[in-house]
Amino acid sequence: MEKDPYNIIVTGVGGQGNVVGSQLMGAVLVELGYKVTIGETYGATQRGGSVMSHVRVSKAQQLGPLIPPRSADLVIALEPSEAARVLGQFGNPGTVALVNTRPVYPVDVISGDRAYPEADLLLEKIRFLCKQVYFVEATKEALEMGNPILANIVLIGAAAGAGLLPISEDHLARAVADYMSPNLVEINTTAFRRGMRLVPNER
Amino acid sequence: MSLISKNEPGREVLLMGNEAIARGALEAGISVAAAYPGNPSSEIIESLSKVAEELGIYVEWSINEKVALEVAAAGAASGLNAIVAMKQNGMNVASDFLLNLNLSGIRGGLVLVACDDPSGISSTNEQDSRVFAKLADLPLLEPATFHDAKDMVREAFALSRAIENVVIVRSVTRISHARGNVVLGSLPEKRPAPHFDTSRPLAAMPVSVTHPRIHQRLKQAAEMLADSRFNTYKGPEKPELLILACGAASLFAGEAVSLLGLETRVGLATIGTTWPLPEAFLLKHLRSADRVLFLEEVDPVLENNVKELYADRNMELPRVRFLGKRSGDVPDTGELTPGTVIRIVGELMGATAPDAPSDFETAAKEALESFAPARSLAFCAGCPHRASFWAIKKALALDGRDGVVFGDIGCYSLAYMATGFYQAKTLHAMGSGAGMAAGFGKLGRFGATQPAIAVCGDSTFYHATIPALINGVHHSSDFLLILLDNSATAMTGFQPHPGRPVDAMGHEAPQIVLEDLCRSLGVKTLVKDPFIIEEAAMTIYELLQEKGPRCLVLRQECALVRAKTGPKRRPVSVDPEKCIGEDCGCNRLCTRVFRCPGLNWDVSVGKTKIDEAICTGCGVCADVCPRGAIVKETA
Repeated sequence: MEKDPYNIIVTGVGGQGNVVGSQLMGAVLVELGYKVTIGETYGATQRGGSVMSHVRVSKAQQLGPLIPPRSADLVIALEPSEAARVLGQFGNPGTVALVNTRPVYPVDVISGDRAYPEADLLLEKIRFLCKQVYFVEATKEALEMGNPILANIVLIGAAAGAGLLPISEDHLARAVADYMSPNLVEINTTAFRRGMRLVPNER
Repeated sequence: MSLISKNEPGREVLLMGNEAIARGALEAGISVAAAYPGNPSSEIIESLSKVAEELGIYVEWSINEKVALEVAAAGAASGLNAIVAMKQNGMNVASDFLLNLNLSGIRGGLVLVACDDPSGISSTNEQDSRVFAKLADLPLLEPATFHDAKDMVREAFALSRAIENVVIVRSVTRISHARGNVVLGSLPEKRPAPHFDTSRPLAAMPVSVTHPRIHQRLKQAAEMLADSRFNTYKGPEKPELLILACGAASLFAGEAVSLLGLETRVGLATIGTTWPLPEAFLLKHLRSADRVLFLEEVDPVLENNVKELYADRNMELPRVRFLGKRSGDVPDTGELTPGTVIRIVGELMGATAPDAPSDFETAAKEALESFAPARSLAFCAGCPHRASFWAIKKALALDGRDGVVFGDIGCYSLAYMATGFYQAKTLHAMGSGAGMAAGFGKLGRFGATQPAIAVCGDSTFYHATIPALINGVHHSSDFLLILLDNSATAMTGFQPHPGRPVDAMGHEAPQIVLEDLCRSLGVKTLVKDPFIIEEAAMTIYELLQEKGPRCLVLRQECALVRAKTGPKRRPVSVDPEKCIGEDCGCNRLCTRVFRCPGLNWDVSVGKTKIDEAICTGCGVCADVCPRGAIVKETA
């Protein structure tokens, strides 16, 4: 994280675990001495709506809970069309993105009233709106572990693996024990490790 | 395990704004905490309930906000520190007591946390709770950061004890439901023993004595808060523009000033003690600038109060141009965002933030228009409300008298939208569906023929529907109250309520059974399972043909609770031979109208299919399909 403030958006659909994911990421960064602010969207959006967490990291100051337009440095998307939504508002030519490729269809799509964007075109659009993008099969990885909710930790592992976040497996284990439950450490660190392996560290 | 109970002074942790508020209360040595759940306030009492046993405090989910305030006031009347939390709508419920409690005052410490929801992200309105402070002559503090939220609550208790009255702390969604760094303070070792001093009654009357007394106490609060560290200024001595901001807006303002490179030209005063105003602090800064911009959510509360102060002291002050909601420079509804604040400050100062290249902007616009399909709100897969409203729709169609469904507050508020088949025709406040239905049920004498149905959830029933039901019973009103009992306060996070056998602290508690209570009023009350959809619909139809007040409990567990506690009920599948898709004539009834997220319209073959990962196996769609093409195995 060379930039200060460093602005991260974790996005997905209600129920995909992005709130917990961003909380764990934030907890680790606080332990590492950063000022972290996370803005979350709650309430009615839990029921199948878009959910986005803004994670803002700075050595110097406690920032506001929302990222200004065009100011995301890293986008972690649990769902590809949500990546497009976030990049459309907060992306800039320097943004890096990690995108889970598995779609979650909106209720208007599954009802046959609207079409979901075509996969190739969607990925191409995402690519255009970033400096660099990693497409990750995080849900597939999580399903192999027996629970799709772990896709959030797989993606955080991938972000760490790509050198985008200064988070180690030990850091994550401590945050899970402190903020969730010691019983959940093993499954989460396993998901994190699997995520780390999915992307090359180019930094 | 919870971080808010850790006695590790100096440790810096990440806390949600609501957890920071809870921690502040613990550092102030509270004994009592009470609330009715409501977002964005729920996690304050939720997080305290999890540490109640460990720390030996009393925490309860009260039946409504007024009772919660009364429970907390009893603690404070006995010399203890007590906290009560509520969302903005809850202030209305609690206000009747609040506007008398202020007159009597208290003897311990009582802090009322009001969490406002600008833009109504999880609310039916976006009212500004700060007006209650002025109405009740009570001090009100507003945190701008997470750490401040904690410290402010702790200091609010000290203030409350000093002035022997309630102190209000006002948070907003972007503080309450956001997270940030908080440095833990120490937790007290001992709490006072409760004692109600019977030699000093706490009565609101006589007003001739109590009303002047609260003015005196407010004056005392103003003196104590005059040099508060929660009012800060950052900027040049003579700014070209002075920003006066509260709450989350102050963080957005600080960032806008720095992004626009205006640090040497614009001053930012953050006001943490919104009422009573820090007059000396404000007068000093009003002398320094000839343009003043107010940034606050939702109403121009600070703006109007500062203008009042300015009017009083105008003879000694230079001319000032005020910019804010009244001048049209700041939107007068909705929450503020960094983008809006950057635009406002930029326009006033002739500064702009750098744009992205134009081809990027074009692609970004296209991404939003064509690659990010809207996600409309919908009941969860297997939600019993979907089945209940399908049954109501069917019964009303059979009845044919254009019956009216009066809606209420909960997940089922969505029944006015597609996911509830547009069945609910009103949506206002807790319990108001039954109250309106009972009123509508008296209009027969004027020739009204439409039957009245009120819907209400289990938690809402205890909160505010009971008086409306009793009113309808006493007046022999013609209406059917349908209780959508999913055995949870689902919308806010499954907190227990009086219908559950457990309390906030996890102890066994006496259960007040819905149907027993209704029957005790002499009301005919039936109990059905909405998943047995034909029977539910026919029962509603038959009850609609009767006169007087009637109750129907449609009982089925919330799908989210069920998913945590039990396996999928049964496999459900589509028989591709029987589903004839577009040729059926049903016009995709299951996916287009019933719209359960567990059902997919498979465009490639023009038939419906089940999404195994999402389907909960409730089997209701099997009864909805007119061709019997959806097959549910026996559970």
